[in-house]
Amino acid sequence: MKYARLVWSNLMRSKRRTVLTLASVAVAFFLFATLASVLTTLASVTETGSESRLSTRNAIGITFDMPQSYHERLRGTPGVREATHVSWFGAVYVDPKDFFAQFAIDPVVYFDMYPEVLVPEDQLRAFREERTAAIVGRKLMERFGWRLGQTVTLQGTIWPGDWEFTIRGVYEAEDPSFGEETFYFHFDYLYELSNQTARHGWYILELEDPDQAGAVSARVDAMFENSTAPTKTETERAFQAGFVTMWGNVGFLVRAIGTAVFFAILLIAANTMMMAARERTGEVAVLKTLGFRDGQLASLVIVEALLISLLGGFLGLMGAKLMFESSDPLASFLPGFSVAIGTIGAGLAIAALLGLVAGAVPAWQSARLSVVEALRHVG
Amino acid sequence: MKIPIIYNLRSLKNRPVSTITTALGMALVVAVFVAMMALANGFRAALVSSGSTDNVIVLRKGSNDELTSGLSRETANIIGAMPFVAKNAEGVSLASPETFVVISLNRLDGGLANVVARGVSPQAAEVRGAIELVDGRWFRPGAAEVVIGKNLTGRFPNVQIGDVMSFGGRNWDVVGHFEAGGSAFESEVWGENEQFMPVFRGQGFQSLTFRMADPSAFDGIKETLENDPRLSVGAQREAAFYTNQSALLSNILGFFAVFVAGVMAVGAIFGAINTMYAAVASRAPEIGVLLTLGFKPRNVLGSFMLEALIIALLGGALGGLMALPVNGLVTSTTNWSSFSEVAFAFRVTPMLLVAGLVFAAVMGTIGGFFPALRAARLQVAQALREG
Repeated sequence: MKYARLVWSNLMRSKRRTVLTLASVAVAFFLFATLASVLTTLASVTETGSESRLSTRNAIGITFDMPQSYHERLRGTPGVREATHVSWFGAVYVDPKDFFAQFAIDPVVYFDMYPEVLVPEDQLRAFREERTAAIVGRKLMERFGWRLGQTVTLQGTIWPGDWEFTIRGVYEAEDPSFGEETFYFHFDYLYELSNQTARHGWYILELEDPDQAGAVSARVDAMFENSTAPTKTETERAFQAGFVTMWGNVGFLVRAIGTAVFFAILLIAANTMMMAARERTGEVAVLKTLGFRDGQLASLVIVEALLISLLGGFLGLMGAKLMFESSDPLASFLPGFSVAIGTIGAGLAIAALLGLVAGAVPAWQSARLSVVEALRHVG
Repeated sequence: MKIPIIYNLRSLKNRPVSTITTALGMALVVAVFVAMMALANGFRAALVSSGSTDNVIVLRKGSNDELTSGLSRETANIIGAMPFVAKNAEGVSLASPETFVVISLNRLDGGLANVVARGVSPQAAEVRGAIELVDGRWFRPGAAEVVIGKNLTGRFPNVQIGDVMSFGGRNWDVVGHFEAGGSAFESEVWGENEQFMPVFRGQGFQSLTFRMADPSAFDGIKETLENDPRLSVGAQREAAFYTNQSALLSNILGFFAVFVAGVMAVGAIFGAINTMYAAVASRAPEIGVLLTLGFKPRNVLGSFMLEALIIALLGGALGGLMALPVNGLVTSTTNWSSFSEVAFAFRVTPMLLVAGLVFAAVMGTIGGFFPALRAARLQVAQALREG
């Protein structure tokens, strides 16, 4: 530590270079944090889905609906405490590209089954009493600038026409990966205005005992196996995990880019460190004459490289964390996008490795420098 | 007078390590940029090439995709008999009323995938044009038979000729494999519309695609269809329809490419600035000599800019080469517009390689400017003394 001032004045020798190198390292780690967070957020989506609820859908495909009569049969299935139905509405608000999901639900049962979706008690009551009422996610309200009590008109695509809803409630999600961009309304309203053509899209089952998930799933699917609409039942967690795999091999893509970023920045940092060391050949020779040992000189260079890469890494990682905490640019694709603590830890470890590797060559060079030659070189 | 370019080349050769590391840094940025754009390109190309400008796709009024559309049998018959629908040599209308459903299939590598099962008329391949059988034969009308897009083979079980697929509560004999010029159709299962209709969605089609007798008459055809009181439909050129279908995802992919490459570029530019400043500092006496010889400061500026540009172009070319191997690599993702999986190949086009070079040149120009400016502003006396 007694050489701290020496390291410091070396760093300050060319302020511009130090700042530029710091900045490029910081930028690289900002990118690292962003990419890694795509992966961790995708993974957390698959981990936070409930294991005490099952989803039962048509086995033919996810866009096929279910016979209404299944509802009562599912409610009566042993091991199932409660069952409710959900239907995809697929309407658009003004601009078709501004996608958000709308679900037609049972206003009485649905929110009781989702305790992690928080709706103020009075708003929930108002929603239940009015057929055209809707409950909307907080972020969706912000996206369109909607107010509580406002009447909004959606354009149906599956059921064409203008559909009017009055927003009676705003929900917040306890778990960010649930998302706050969904629009809920009464199934009865949809059923009536679609001339009774709307059907239940899929069912959500609440289990009496989460440990029985496998047995109940098998029981449900066996019950409907030979009917007109065979079912596929799995836990909500498995269902969401299925959605994540639909993106394809995101993990490989992100890792490949991450590796390229790492090497690009390694080259830049190593290059700078070598330039810094080359300029000081004369000084190093003087230090050696003063009695500095080879190992000491090498570690001085390494410490300098470590300082730059760790500080740059820290700035980039924290920058990403703070930025994605205040704004969520990917809310509609990846709800709950945030930088995990683990990502910051991994980033700092990589930064340390980067510093060691980038400092290695100049450190080795200064350690094996011959004093006579170096001084002659300067002279 | 301009400073000869050989001066820059020799200087670069004199400091090979920093030249190579800087160029390599830029090469990696360009490689990532090109590879990601190739991904977005490939996806867009697969969908865009699905549609032809000679064809019209008819959906229910207000529908933007086949999934939410519906056309009655009567509607299909009326449109099929209209005079602007092209006919083949036998006098049959080149129209294909189609059912469109998304089914869940188990993948070979585990997990479920959503795959399009399209029920088509026997004329469908003729309407589309670019569709060719690579193996086996087409399905026979009236039989529970399917043909499989070539991108599905190798990724799903039971899709070889002679296999039996089970979906929609029925068994289907696989009788052929087809290719469709790399388009999204290659990720679909095709059977006869009259066979698919009853097992999936009851009576009715989702869309109708027909070949126009005169493609230039599209505007009139659209108006006739959309104003016909018997119909309630929307018509668009097939090419425009598939471009729309690709817009959402290819925009996301393009955004990611620009975001990632842009952030990396900032880092690489800082690296280039460092390298060029070091080059200027260590060559101060040389610059002094150049100025003494009568070269103007702007010549020095130009010379150093050129040097940065050479490094950048070297990196750009290298980056393009590094990204080339991804060309043709097949990957798959879900097209959220149709909620189904689409397989497609990365496409590295010559235009994209040029874009990569331009990108590198921009990085070089920005990275080289301030150091070059500093070189140009050196005072002769001071520069010579520094030696």
